[in-house]
Amino acid sequence: MESRSTDNNPSVFRNLDWVTVIIYLLLVAAGAVSIYAASYDFDNANIFDFSEFSGKQLRWIGLSLIIGFVILLLDYRIYEAYAYPIYGIVILVLVATVFLSPNIKGSHSWLVFGPVSLQPAEFGKFATSLALAKLFDSYNFSLNAKPGNYLRALLIIFLPVVIILCQRETGSALVYLSLIFVLYREGMSGFVLGAIFLAVLYFVLAVKFMDPLLMGLSTGEFSVFCLICLVYCLLLVFYCKDFFIARNVIIGMLAAGIIAAIVIFCGVEINGIIFFLSLLGVAVLYTAIAMLRHHIRNFVVSISFVLVSVGFLFSVNYVFEKILQPHQQTRILVLLGIEEDLRGVGYNVNQSKIAIGSGGIEGKGFLNGTQTKLKYVPEQHTDFIFCTIGEEEGFIGSSIVLISFLFLILRLIYLAERQKSTFARVYSYCVVSMLIFHVCINIGMVIGLCPVIGIPLPFFSYGGSSLWGFTILLFIMLRLDATRKERRD
Amino acid sequence: MRKDYKLAKRRYVIGGFITLVVIIYLIRLFSLQVSDDTYKLYAESNAFLKKTVYPARGLIYDRNGKLVVFNQPAYDLMLIPKDVHSLDTVAFCSLLNISKEQLKEYWADMKNPRKNPGYSSYTPQKLISHISYEDYGRLQEKLYMFPGFYIQTRTVRKYNYPAGANILGNIREVSPEDVKRDEYYRRGDYTGDLGVEKSYEEALRGQKGMEILMRDALGRIKGKFEDGARDVAPVSGSNLTLAIDMDLQQYGEELMQNKIGAIVAIEPSTGEILALVSAPAYDPQLLVGKERGKNYSRLVMDPLKPLYDRAIQGAYPPGSTFKPTQGLIFLQEGIINENTAFPCYHGYINGIRVGCHGHGSPLPLKPALQTSCNAYFCWGLKHMIDKRDTNPQDQLTKWKDYLVEMGYGYRLGIDLPHESRGFIPNAEFYSKSFRGPRWSANSIISIAIGQGEVTATPLQIANLCATIANRGYFLTPHVVKEIEDSIIDPKYKEKRGPKIDRKYYEIVAEGMRMAVTGGTCRLANLPGVEVCGKTGTAQNPHGKDHSVFMGFAPYHDPKIAVAVFVENAGFGATFGVPIGSLIIEKYLNGEIAGERQYIEERMLTSNTIINSGVKKH
Repeated sequence: MESRSTDNNPSVFRNLDWVTVIIYLLLVAAGAVSIYAASYDFDNANIFDFSEFSGKQLRWIGLSLIIGFVILLLDYRIYEAYAYPIYGIVILVLVATVFLSPNIKGSHSWLVFGPVSLQPAEFGKFATSLALAKLFDSYNFSLNAKPGNYLRALLIIFLPVVIILCQRETGSALVYLSLIFVLYREGMSGFVLGAIFLAVLYFVLAVKFMDPLLMGLSTGEFSVFCLICLVYCLLLVFYCKDFFIARNVIIGMLAAGIIAAIVIFCGVEINGIIFFLSLLGVAVLYTAIAMLRHHIRNFVVSISFVLVSVGFLFSVNYVFEKILQPHQQTRILVLLGIEEDLRGVGYNVNQSKIAIGSGGIEGKGFLNGTQTKLKYVPEQHTDFIFCTIGEEEGFIGSSIVLISFLFLILRLIYLAERQKSTFARVYSYCVVSMLIFHVCINIGMVIGLCPVIGIPLPFFSYGGSSLWGFTILLFIMLRLDATRKERRD
Repeated sequence: MRKDYKLAKRRYVIGGFITLVVIIYLIRLFSLQVSDDTYKLYAESNAFLKKTVYPARGLIYDRNGKLVVFNQPAYDLMLIPKDVHSLDTVAFCSLLNISKEQLKEYWADMKNPRKNPGYSSYTPQKLISHISYEDYGRLQEKLYMFPGFYIQTRTVRKYNYPAGANILGNIREVSPEDVKRDEYYRRGDYTGDLGVEKSYEEALRGQKGMEILMRDALGRIKGKFEDGARDVAPVSGSNLTLAIDMDLQQYGEELMQNKIGAIVAIEPSTGEILALVSAPAYDPQLLVGKERGKNYSRLVMDPLKPLYDRAIQGAYPPGSTFKPTQGLIFLQEGIINENTAFPCYHGYINGIRVGCHGHGSPLPLKPALQTSCNAYFCWGLKHMIDKRDTNPQDQLTKWKDYLVEMGYGYRLGIDLPHESRGFIPNAEFYSKSFRGPRWSANSIISIAIGQGEVTATPLQIANLCATIANRGYFLTPHVVKEIEDSIIDPKYKEKRGPKIDRKYYEIVAEGMRMAVTGGTCRLANLPGVEVCGKTGTAQNPHGKDHSVFMGFAPYHDPKIAVAVFVENAGFGATFGVPIGSLIIEKYLNGEIAGERQYIEERMLTSNTIINSGVKKH
């Protein structure tokens, strides 16, 4: 407490989490090298030519180091005290951007100041995180205390989402949804998270694998039915904790499965939908009768899980064909690898898979990547920068990058949990959530596992806004962490 | 604030989630990068432009080491359509000496998807092929004024002699069928057409090289891949040495001008073909360059069919040049001996009549060859086919087998494309045409004198002559003597021939010698060289008889065997003998003796095409 008065506290650097700083520096340096490789031109190659991407990026990196340093020098209480004002200003800037921004490739998200363009959405991330942390830090705040608290938290999250959607930057808007992880950490029921996750999984499985498998079911439907049976058994075991009922249900399901397999093997046709529906129906009825003796609530949840799941599965096709627009259908189909639209939507993904796939184990070597070098992959220095790594550094290089990100995120979770103040912890989890979302979606899209959502790879992708945004996000967290011991509690 | 330890455990869920995702991504990366090669293949076809580097085609020399065929640069005017803008057509046309309409036509041809299926405005396209060296020079200076244009150098063939087109052949662009048949070829490659250019294509063409260039998504070249470290250098084609003596070939073509027919000259000891003339001949240079298409169709349309190589494709009745084969078969079969004599009262009269001309009677084999007596060989065949205790079918089969062994009836196997096999009838053939086996020697008697169903190519006749010169064997005739860095097909080194004793060949050779000294071929009696010969006067349904001659020299150490065939030129002695003897004399002595130059003069100036019935428009 005695050191509070001095801003230039040397203890900041003593208590700074240097592990994170070093990972950060390594990733940024690797990013600069990749951008140099991605924009390398055979004719004129000069890394210090500031008109080139790599030259510009060096300037961005220099400035972001200064920003990071300044953040470390500032008093940590500023962030707490000015969390809402900062949030308010950024929201205003975001709204202004919708009207002031020129149309760049259909998006209205850039503010142009002479030679410099900035994307306010990137700066909205730390502002929203600060506001959310401030909310949770307010006196006696508990998420589950009253529904109004959820409402306030969701308001903070969705305000920037709506504005950024108005800017036609879907990708950046979706990033804020990752803050659902923060809500989970701060007390939101795990069932909500699980339900969201399962719904996405069902949808992907049912839409992606529409080829007929057996019993008149498609591969996707079959695996979703199996998944429902599996999750139901897991719920009985771990949630209801009624091992007697669980054992009988599992034995019954296995027996039914084996009998069905034998019958099919003998050449008798079974209608898969009727089979699974009656199997689940019998299981649900059995548990419903058996549970009367026990704690009813858990069983009601389990049974409704089955009903909702089955209903969801049947509505997927309806939703997909009737509700989604054709171009949205195409995007999803291409993403899921069903439609081979190699020149249209699928072009980027296909070319980036070619680039990565051609890298092999060891890669083609620095500056030897032909696919990225010859500009087959669009956006190769921004959203698709991971291609360059995959092609030139191969499986080894891309694994190292992926594992570095994993290590950084796990390190940040560790840092988040050691915070004494709610403000610092919630803020830290905001950083963790956004990093998770960016890494998962960006790399997933480049290797063809996620939809093509235009968001950058943190620290790697070319561009000042993204780099500065993440630098500010990360260094505020480090600043809070460095003084965690001085915090009131 | 109270720390909620239950909620703190949720860090494991979040940490576990991201760990799981990273593991899934690692597995995906592994499957993309390590366990699956398809993406590597895609990447190559994406980014690499494998540019072919054409090897120099092999040169062709004659047997004396004189250069016959070589390469010369040709210039194609190329352009990349999308780079061409604001073309000054007036300046461009005047530079190339073409009219604006011609330019439009070239342009339309280039864009015509049928003529040029690979058209794309991003890739090099050929506008005009084979521009002249002068145009090239002028254009090269001014090319900077026409962005998008450039000149590509290719090589075309150039010939030192205006002769031997039927042997040498030419080169053309590959057809879609060629590309399908042989995966070596790509569209726009050249391949040999006719002659040794075709039959030795694989040796002459060499191995294409490859330059690996990198290009971007728009197809623009961005440099050499790894600075050319992976390029494959082309291997030049092998040079060929022909067995042909180009001076003799050219002399033969001169002798045959204004005639239709063929001359084949063989070195008997090796089977090497010294000259292979087909008349009318054409200048091989006609099928090179800009005018190739026009000239080619003119040659195809020509009623005299200059592209038809009569020396190996023409199947003619061999006429009396067939008689030595009959003598040999009868001797070997014991039908006759050296002294067996048959009567000839102006012909073979035995129920039917085959005419003959005035000479002594009865006469044995040697005088029969000397005077080319028809009756003698008819009697011989009669005795062979109708021999007691045999049937005509078996006897004819024996007769046919001898002839096949002598090289008749099937392709000899010369190293040139499209050889014809001629025809030797067999027993089945006659049983079919006479509707049953009820035929005898008289039914088929004309085959004894090389008429009737029998046909042979001039090459087969020359080969018979070489066999007699060798006294019983021959080597498959061939026009290529050596292939650089390779060996010729061993079949050209093997002796072949019928199972007929050498002594019988001596008898026939002596008969042919007598024909020169005091028989039908007296004009071939060269001073200082012992020539043996046999004339032929082949009756044919197309008009006047064909004049045929075959001969070899010297008698005891043969260096050359020759067959001459002049269509519709009358008796063998009038054209066949003089031309054949001039070829022999030219080859052995290098020049024509003074007292024989009138013969040369007569052959060079005479015209027999007028007898052929072919109207030259």
